[in-house]
Amino acid sequence: MSITLNINGQDHEFDADPQMPLLWAIREKAGLTGTKFGCGIAQCGACNVIIDGNAVRSCNTPVAAAVGKAIRTIEGVSEANDHPVQLAWQELTVPQCGYCQSGQIISAVALLERTPDPSDSEIDRAMAGNICRCGTYTRIRAAIHKAADMSKT
Amino acid sequence: MNDLNFTRRNFLRISTTVAGGLMIGLHLPTMAAAEAHGGGGEINAWLTIHADNTVDVVTPQTEMGQGAFTAVPMMIAEELDIPWENVRHVYADANRHVNNADLYTTTSTGGSTTVSRRHPYMMQAGASARERLRVAAATRWGVALEDVVAKQGFLSTTHVEQGVIQGTYGEFAAEAAAVTLAEEPAIKAYGDWWLLGQDIKRLDVPLKTNGSATYPIDVTLPDMVHAAVQSCPVPEGRLVSYDFDAIKDMPGVIAAVELIQTKDVAAFTDMRSGVAVVAESWYQAKNALSAMPVVWDNGRGASISFASQTAEAMSLIAQPGTLVLDVDGNLGKGMDKGVNHDAVPGLIAAATGDKLVVGDIYSRPFETHATMMPPCAVADVKADRADIWTFTQDIARSLSEVADQLGRDTTNVFLHQTYLGGGFGAGYNMFVHRQAAAISSEIGRPVKVIYSREEDIGQDAQRPPVWGTYKAALGDDGLPVALVTHFVGEEKLPAFSQRGVANMHYKIPNRRHEYSAVQSHIPIGYHRAPGANSNGFIVEQMADELAQAGGWDPLEWRLKMTEGFEPWQRVLTAMKEKSGWTTDLGDGRGMGCAIVDSHGTFAGCVATVEVSRRGEIFVERLQYFINSGYVINPLNAREQAESSAIWELTHAFFGGLDIRDGRIVNTNFDSYTMMRMPDSPPEIEIHLENSEDQWWGGLGEPTGPPTPPAVANAIFYATGTRVRTTPFSKAEL
Repeated sequence: MSITLNINGQDHEFDADPQMPLLWAIREKAGLTGTKFGCGIAQCGACNVIIDGNAVRSCNTPVAAAVGKAIRTIEGVSEANDHPVQLAWQELTVPQCGYCQSGQIISAVALLERTPDPSDSEIDRAMAGNICRCGTYTRIRAAIHKAADMSKT
Repeated sequence: MNDLNFTRRNFLRISTTVAGGLMIGLHLPTMAAAEAHGGGGEINAWLTIHADNTVDVVTPQTEMGQGAFTAVPMMIAEELDIPWENVRHVYADANRHVNNADLYTTTSTGGSTTVSRRHPYMMQAGASARERLRVAAATRWGVALEDVVAKQGFLSTTHVEQGVIQGTYGEFAAEAAAVTLAEEPAIKAYGDWWLLGQDIKRLDVPLKTNGSATYPIDVTLPDMVHAAVQSCPVPEGRLVSYDFDAIKDMPGVIAAVELIQTKDVAAFTDMRSGVAVVAESWYQAKNALSAMPVVWDNGRGASISFASQTAEAMSLIAQPGTLVLDVDGNLGKGMDKGVNHDAVPGLIAAATGDKLVVGDIYSRPFETHATMMPPCAVADVKADRADIWTFTQDIARSLSEVADQLGRDTTNVFLHQTYLGGGFGAGYNMFVHRQAAAISSEIGRPVKVIYSREEDIGQDAQRPPVWGTYKAALGDDGLPVALVTHFVGEEKLPAFSQRGVANMHYKIPNRRHEYSAVQSHIPIGYHRAPGANSNGFIVEQMADELAQAGGWDPLEWRLKMTEGFEPWQRVLTAMKEKSGWTTDLGDGRGMGCAIVDSHGTFAGCVATVEVSRRGEIFVERLQYFINSGYVINPLNAREQAESSAIWELTHAFFGGLDIRDGRIVNTNFDSYTMMRMPDSPPEIEIHLENSEDQWWGGLGEPTGPPTPPAVANAIFYATGTRVRTTPFSKAEL
């Protein structure tokens, strides 16, 4: 059936099974490959996108559940790679292999929109769903604080 | 290719045989202005200088987060003497390398060698280019070579008539490319560097904050289809049959393709026997593959479990093992020639009371890479050429494997580099590009193969388990006079059970290392600091036990036992002076230390932990003291040190593969668990304690191995209990 998804403010219309996982619709149908496949069972957060303000795992969200909602992917975080979270990530050289970082940044953006100045434990809770095999957790934690500071000024 | 045989003459010979050749490889945006480049010249295969004075540096190694795409340009920019902002990284052309006598010497990316072992080639490329530019300028200006200065992208001289004249490298690039030098220049020594040694942010970082970095999984071609694959869930097993008719009407399904293993044992020279389902979308391929009835011949592995391997190891370790001898008949690779291994059994038999130390059995389980990007490859096989994008830590090897798979010459096989979503050794034993090539060839369309996480962990070339124990006799000073260690590995790569123990740095006059191997069908590969990662856990807790038995402070014991070995003394002294070292923190808290060498780097860890009354372990602080000889980018060194630390802290607290009926049972992150943000230590402290003494160690791995034993030793001082296996979550505290 015909599906229309609103991703980063743009409508994408395509034919798909309503049960198609949102992740594969974003990657294969909309051609936005910044959102990654990591586990397929909602354990790692590499596929995180923001739907109506919340970080959501797209690998186990059917496209039907996302129709009519505002979906934000890593490509929609900023035009010029200059969202405070992105700038803090660059300043503290957070990404290593980088594969999980789209999902990490999405989780951090969603956290800061909800909690502009999070504590360490609030960061830990919000980021617990994102695995980084390169082990950049210490830098992620520091970068979220830095992004929060940058947003204040 | 042998590093030690490298001479500047060889380099010259190689680099002058490669004029022309097809450049594929994408240009990537870096700090340099992304303006159009016109003219210019390829000075040698490693670098091209453009008319606008920007430089493209070819990186033959893979970027997987460890910094190759920054380190290689840095080394060349250092010698070339060009502003860092003018330098861009470009991918190496694997086809050109393979078909031109290994132009870049090697494209292998592992063993923490990109800087430590490759710097002579890269720095030579920069130095040779700089000298050619000087010759070109001297010729054009009609001045003596020694009167031409090359600095920060400019050539200059003081001419007798014209005064000071100068020009950019770009203005002389085309002429420089034609220059032949009588002798290649020597590369700079430490101390003469202007760029190396500074904190430089990796060039790939910005691409990884907006989703624009391209990994093989992101490559999309016109008319491309998607495939899910399955090899026999019991490694070494074979496909018997599959029923495509049962799934052919499922949504999007296009075909099933048998993946034919032609060799008796694949052993990374073939793909494993299996089957692929091809569909319009990957999720459709995956769902159909899961639903398709498949019959396997599981082979000998079906009767092996991790429990049966553990039982076999317990039986073997109770008997004498095979004495480890090196090729010269000396005990343990690299050990002192004066060590006596025959006297050990007698000395231990004669030791009594507190002069005899009998170790308990330590162990580490199988671990898996679980790179965040699962194995994946895109192949487009046509009659006259094949194009491939894949998960590889060696672009040349993978290109040759695709040619082998297709039965074609390498000339028309093109492997295009991308970023990797993690490597850690996994990229050496992939056969996903063989599978992609076979499928594309069969169906006549471009195909993207992606492994499910379950297929990744189930088929990965795993890190092997080890079981180890020891006995020692102590002298009157409490130090060991005789030591026998017995480590049990598995049959595929038993040498991993010897690294760092057969050749350990603690000097003991009478010393034996014995090994045994359990039966195993599980494929084994390189896994971040292979051998050292598991063995260090045992050796460094043994060191603490021996120190304790002899009445020595564990850090003082290590200093005493490595007297005269400067690289370790430097690290141990820093640990003693800078960590706040004590074994008596009280209140359920403890400090522990460990030191392990791997990849030519000596890494010490001091861990401070708190153990609650309920047995919960909290790592308060991890301090690392690292001696790698030199460091070219301290920022990148710290990043890698932090990463390796978390890597092994993960396997200390989590991880551990289980095998039942021959198959890995915990194949996704719900059961093969990972360290996450709330579990990660609040602070990781990195101290670089470099000897700066004409040797180069690698830094992609060495802080991992000392981490679990340092934490385990700290747990001992906090609780009085030794944790002798991982994950610690299974320990009773």
